[in-house]
Amino acid sequence: MSPLDELYREVILDHYRNPRHRGSLNGPHVHAEGLNPSCGDEFALDLSVEGDTITDVAIQGQGCSISQASGSMMADAIVGRNFDEVEDMIRKFRLMMTIDEGDNPVDPERPGAVLGDLEALQGVRKFPVRIKCADLAWTTLTDALAKARANA
Amino acid sequence: MTDLSALRSDFPILKRTFDGRELVYLDSAATTQKPVQVIEAVDAYYREKNANVHRGTYRLSAEATDAFEQARAKVASFIGSPKSEQLVFTRGATTALNFVAYGWGLHRLREGDRILLTVMEHHSNIVPWQMVAKLTGAELVYLGLDDDYRVDLTELDRVFDERVKIVAVSGMSNVTGARGPVAELVAAADGTNAIVVVDGAQLVPHDRVDVASMGADFLAFSAHKMLGPTGIGALWGKEERLEEMEPTEGGGEMISDVGLTESRWAPVPHKFEAGTPPIAQAVGFGAAVDYLDKIGMDTVRDHERELTAYALERLAEIPDLRVYGPRDVEGRGGAVSFELGDIHAHDIATILDDHGIAVRAGHHCAKPLMRHLHVPATARASFYIYNTPAEVDRLAEALLDARRVFGLA
Ligand SMILES: Cc1ncc(COP(=O)(O)O)c(C=O)c1O
Repeated sequence: MSPLDELYREVILDHYRNPRHRGSLNGPHVHAEGLNPSCGDEFALDLSVEGDTITDVAIQGQGCSISQASGSMMADAIVGRNFDEVEDMIRKFRLMMTIDEGDNPVDPERPGAVLGDLEALQGVRKFPVRIKCADLAWTTLTDALAKARANA
Repeated sequence: MTDLSALRSDFPILKRTFDGRELVYLDSAATTQKPVQVIEAVDAYYREKNANVHRGTYRLSAEATDAFEQARAKVASFIGSPKSEQLVFTRGATTALNFVAYGWGLHRLREGDRILLTVMEHHSNIVPWQMVAKLTGAELVYLGLDDDYRVDLTELDRVFDERVKIVAVSGMSNVTGARGPVAELVAAADGTNAIVVVDGAQLVPHDRVDVASMGADFLAFSAHKMLGPTGIGALWGKEERLEEMEPTEGGGEMISDVGLTESRWAPVPHKFEAGTPPIAQAVGFGAAVDYLDKIGMDTVRDHERELTAYALERLAEIPDLRVYGPRDVEGRGGAVSFELGDIHAHDIATILDDHGIAVRAGHHCAKPLMRHLHVPATARASFYIYNTPAEVDRLAEALLDARRVFGLA
């Protein structure tokens, strides 16, 4: 596969075109917003929390396929997880997206075993200027999680 | 077609390759590439003439001052200025517009006065006016666009009354390529108290400008968008306006006398040039206008018109591609903004970059315009003298590849 085709994998385009959990939550929730001022990408999310578990999530935003697909996959991945698990996921995602090959927690022998669909975003590593696109949802999630922890 | 391809060899950077593909540089609206003639003029200045200007008694300083003032004369004559003193060197178009806003607007605007703008302005011709409006209580009014992306003048009579004190309009949009209605607005302001400020950042590089016949009060532009160095631009003004205008920056070089509590300003243009100016950059700016003069601005314009027509034709062949800008190449420049299917502009730019093609994606520092067009972002290809039909063909091919990557059948 060419780097371009690796960047724009089927699953990424699918999440871009059919984002999961799009909308907003009605009940009590925490809300966080993120913006990449350099490119105008926007992302926001609502988290509904019981104890230390994320019971529901809704996402909003607009921007490039990478930023929006990353947010949609992230939403899918965090529902039903507790704060510690989500923080571990954020850490692994960030490691996966750093350029230094050695740090990548993803197991090439077992695709999807560590971060599920999110592993498809590894193609972004070959396009360093786009890493911040993939990261937008995750900085927003970090914000939301801090708020949720403060409320708990 | 006007063939300028021979001059490509003057631009060293155009020989660069990315993954083995020759660079196709289609971002000249952001900044243009530089010919060796400009690079060497800057180099030679540093090697042979460098000294601070306007203060040395030694011969080297006199040579540096001559080189700086000669550059002023060249740039002034390039835009048809009656006198070279009417040309103030600034850091760029942005600084030039801020000088007018703070040096002229701030001292004259009163509560309830109006500043008339168009929605297609670049942020640099909006934000300074917002800042000054806030300080003075003046209000901003905007002209919208018609269906062909040109400034809609049908509302002009309604918004243009005695409250309008400043009209600020772009000579050419960096997003749609459309020309601004400078002549119409100058005519409307004629006989009123309003001054007309033209943002020439895109106009001056791409067409012959004659300030005498244009009739505007101020014209702002940047060297780096017309083959020159970064860090320098110009504000041209009518003599009376420049006399009326206060300096925005104080410091060395801009005074005739300094006392403990008050100072007197140096004559125009020096009162606006506080501190050591960008001397080498001015010399490079002079070399850039020499280069453009040698080609001839009519030839520059013809080449761009033909190439833009060809680009619009090739882009029209691509399914799902929408151009945001006038279809007719008369009255437009070579900035072509577009969207392709549901592919976000940044994704288009990434795919084109993979093909070695540099285009810009985003809001192009014109957020009010993007909202007016109801688009979050566009991709923009923009042309200059060194671009060729073959490069337009590569753009078209790469856009077809973008369709493939995104599975648009
Ligand atoms: C229409 C227009 N006006 C003003 C500017 C500002 O020019 P500069 O950034 O060189 O000051 C630009 C360039 O970005 C422009 O395209």
